[in-house]
Amino acid sequence: MPTPLRPALVLLVAMTAVTGLAYPLAVTGLAGALFPAQAAGSPVERDGVVVGSRLIGQSFTSPGYFHGRPSATNAADPADAAKTVPAPYNAANSMGSNLGPTSAALAERVKADLDALTSENPDRPVPVDLVTTSGSGLDPDLSPEAALFQVKRVAKARNLPEERVRDLVTGQVEGRLLGVLGEPRVNVLALNLALDDLARK
Amino acid sequence: MTSNGWIQIALYCAVVLALVKPLGLYMTRVFSGERTFLSPLLAPVERGLYRAAGIDARQEQTWLGYAGAMVVFNLLGFVLLYALLRWQALLPLNPAGQAAVAPDLAFNTAASFVTNTNWQSYGGETTLSHLSQMVGLTHQNFVSAASGIATAVALIRGFARASTRTLGSFWVDMTRATLYLLLPLCLVMALFLVWQGIPQTLAGSFDATTLEGARQTIAVGPVASQVAVKMLGTNGGGFFNANAAHPFENPTALSNFLQMVAIFAIGAALTNVFGRMVGDERQGWAILAAMGVLFLAGVVVTYWAEAAGSPVLNGLGLTGGNMEGKEVRFGIAASALFAVITTAASCGAVNAMHDSLTALGGLIPLVNMQLGEVVIGGVGAGLYGMLTFVVVAIFVAGLMVGRTPEYLGKKIEAREVKMAMLGILCLPLMMLGFTALATVLPAGLAGPANAGPHGFSEILYAYTSAAANNGSAFGGLSANTPFYNATLAVAMLAGRFFVKIPVLAIAGSLAAKKTLPASAGTFPTHGGLFVGLLVGVVLILGGLTFFPALALGPVVEHLAGAAGQTFATGG
Repeated sequence: MPTPLRPALVLLVAMTAVTGLAYPLAVTGLAGALFPAQAAGSPVERDGVVVGSRLIGQSFTSPGYFHGRPSATNAADPADAAKTVPAPYNAANSMGSNLGPTSAALAERVKADLDALTSENPDRPVPVDLVTTSGSGLDPDLSPEAALFQVKRVAKARNLPEERVRDLVTGQVEGRLLGVLGEPRVNVLALNLALDDLARK
Repeated sequence: MTSNGWIQIALYCAVVLALVKPLGLYMTRVFSGERTFLSPLLAPVERGLYRAAGIDARQEQTWLGYAGAMVVFNLLGFVLLYALLRWQALLPLNPAGQAAVAPDLAFNTAASFVTNTNWQSYGGETTLSHLSQMVGLTHQNFVSAASGIATAVALIRGFARASTRTLGSFWVDMTRATLYLLLPLCLVMALFLVWQGIPQTLAGSFDATTLEGARQTIAVGPVASQVAVKMLGTNGGGFFNANAAHPFENPTALSNFLQMVAIFAIGAALTNVFGRMVGDERQGWAILAAMGVLFLAGVVVTYWAEAAGSPVLNGLGLTGGNMEGKEVRFGIAASALFAVITTAASCGAVNAMHDSLTALGGLIPLVNMQLGEVVIGGVGAGLYGMLTFVVVAIFVAGLMVGRTPEYLGKKIEAREVKMAMLGILCLPLMMLGFTALATVLPAGLAGPANAGPHGFSEILYAYTSAAANNGSAFGGLSANTPFYNATLAVAMLAGRFFVKIPVLAIAGSLAAKKTLPASAGTFPTHGGLFVGLLVGVVLILGGLTFFPALALGPVVEHLAGAAGQTFATGG
C-alpha cells in the first residue's frame, strides 16, 4: 500500500490555498465590485457622518425616538476585564439572553418591562417583541405593532400630532417577501431617521 | 400557528424536493468520474493536483486504505488548524489584533472543525483573526464536508458493487467533492448573500456615531464566503457569536430561506445518488421518505410549541408565542423550521437561540441529534447514518420472518450488523456518558447558566450536539473551560471517526459479496412497509436509549412550566 502522507500533505496545502485563500479573496473582489455598499456592511450616512448600519440595531433610550427590542449583549467591565457589564446593541459581541422558559430571571425581567410599558401606554396590549430579547442582541427591526405601540410616547416627546407619527410608521412597514417569506417589520434606524427628517422640515 | 407559517414550511419542502433529482444526477456524474459542464474548466486543475500529489486517479483503495487516507488527511488538517489558532497573533490578516487562542480552546476548535461539527466554544468576532476564519475555518468547512460526502459515496459503492475489494479512491472523491460540487455552489451562493446584505471585506470593523451620539463599533469581515460553505457543507460554525441570528450572517427572509435550502440540498440529493448508483432510484426515494416522515413530525411539534409560547410568560399576560431569542424578520414559523432543519442535518447553525426555545420546542432538536441525525443529516453523514439503521432494520425484519436478511441483493450477515451496532452505540455512550460525568463533577456543574431541569438540558444538549457533530448549543452553558473544551472535543472526535470507520468496514465487506438475484421471497425495500419499518427502528432504538435522560430535562421542565414553576440561579 502506498503511503498516504504525500497525497495528504500536498492536497492539504493545495486545498488550503484554493478554499482558504483563493475562494474568499475572489468573493471579496467580486462582492466589492458588484455590491460595494453591502460588502462593507451597509453603512448609513447622514450629513457625511456614518450613523450606523442599516442591518444592525442600535440603542435608543430617549423618549423622542422609537426604541428597539431589549438587547442581551454585554461588554468587558472597564473596572475588571474578567467580568462583563450589560452593553445593549454591542455590535462587536453579538449574543442572546440564553434564558430558558422556566428561568425566574426571565420572568422577572419580562414582568418589569411589561409593567413599565403598560403604564406608558395602557390603551394597547404590549407586543411580545417589545419585552423579549432577540437572538443576536442586534435585531434592527420591530414588528409594526411594537412600533405603533410607541407612537403615543414619541408624539408627546416631539410635540407632534399622533396621526402624523402613526402615518410615518405605517409608511415604513416592510411586508413579507412576495407576500410569503418572513414577517412584516419596521427598521428602527430608518424610522428614527425619517422622524428626525420630519422634525427638520 | 398561522396559515402563512404553514405556507412557508410547505414552500421549503417543495423547493428541497425539486432539487433532489437534478443535483443527484449531477453528483452521480461527478463521483462516477464522468464529464460535466464544469470539466473544461476544472479537469486541468484536478489533473495538476493529482500529478503534484503523486496520485494515480485510477488506482482504487480497499476499505482500510480508504479509511487510512481519510484519517491521515484529517489528522494533518487538525495539526494545521491547531497551529494556526495558536499563532494567529503573529500571522497577517488580524485587523482587530486578536491574541493567540488558548491551548484548550484551540484543541476544541480544531476538533470541532475537522469533524464537521463547528461547535462554537469561541466567540467569532471576539476571538479569531480573519486569517483563522478564512484559512483555518473556511478551509476545514470544505474538506470536512468533502470527507463526509466521500465516506457516503464509498458506502454506496459497497452496496452497488459485487465481488470486489475496492471502494474507489478517497483522494479522488474528496478532491472532486470540493472542486466540482462545493466550490461552484458556494461561489454563487456567497455572491447572492452579499447582494442580500452580508458583508465581505477584509476590514475588521467600522465605527458609527449613533443618532443619540454614542459610539458603536460594528464588526464586519469576510463573512459571506464562510456563511455559504457553512450551510452547504452542513458545518454551521458562525463568523459571529450569534451565528445565523446575527443580521450580518442572515439579513433577510430570503437569505434565511436560501440558507435553509442549502443545509438540506446536498444531503437530500445524496439519497438520489444512492438510488442511481444501485440501479434503482426508488430505493433512494424510500430512504428520503423515511427521513421526510421524521422531519415533518419534528416541524409540527416545534412550530406548535413555539407558537403556543412559554406558559410562565403567558401567565404574565403575554401573547404572541415565544419570541425570546428570536429575530423579528424571521418570526416564529421560520425560526422553528430552522431549528428543526439545523439539527436534522448536522449543521448546527442557528437563527434563534435554542437555549430560549420552549421546553418541547427544544426537545425536538435534542431528539433529532440523538437519533443520529439521520434525517437528511450532515452531508454524507446523514446517508451513511441512515444506511446503518437500514442494516439493522433489515436484520430485524429477517429475524421476524426467519430468513437470511438481504438488502439490494446483498446478504446482511453478522459482520455488517456488528459494525452497524458499533457505530450506533458510540453516540449514546458519548452523549449520556459525558453528561453523567459533568453532572457529578464540580467542573461540569459550574457550566449551566439556567437552574433546575433547564440546566441539565444545557449539559445534555452540549454532549449530544458534540457527539452528533452538530455544533448548535444551548448557549447559556459556559463551555469555554478546560473541562468542557477537552471532554467535548473527545465526544466530537469519537462521534465522527468511530462512526465513519465502521461504516467503511461495512462498505468493504458488502463490496466483496456477490449480488443475489431477487426472488419471490425477497423483502421489497422501496415500499411503504419498509419505510415504516425503518422509521420504527430509528424511533425505538433512539427512544429506548434516550427517554430517561429526556425525562429529566425537557419533559420535567415542560411540566414545571405548565404548573407555573420557575427556577432561580444561586438559590
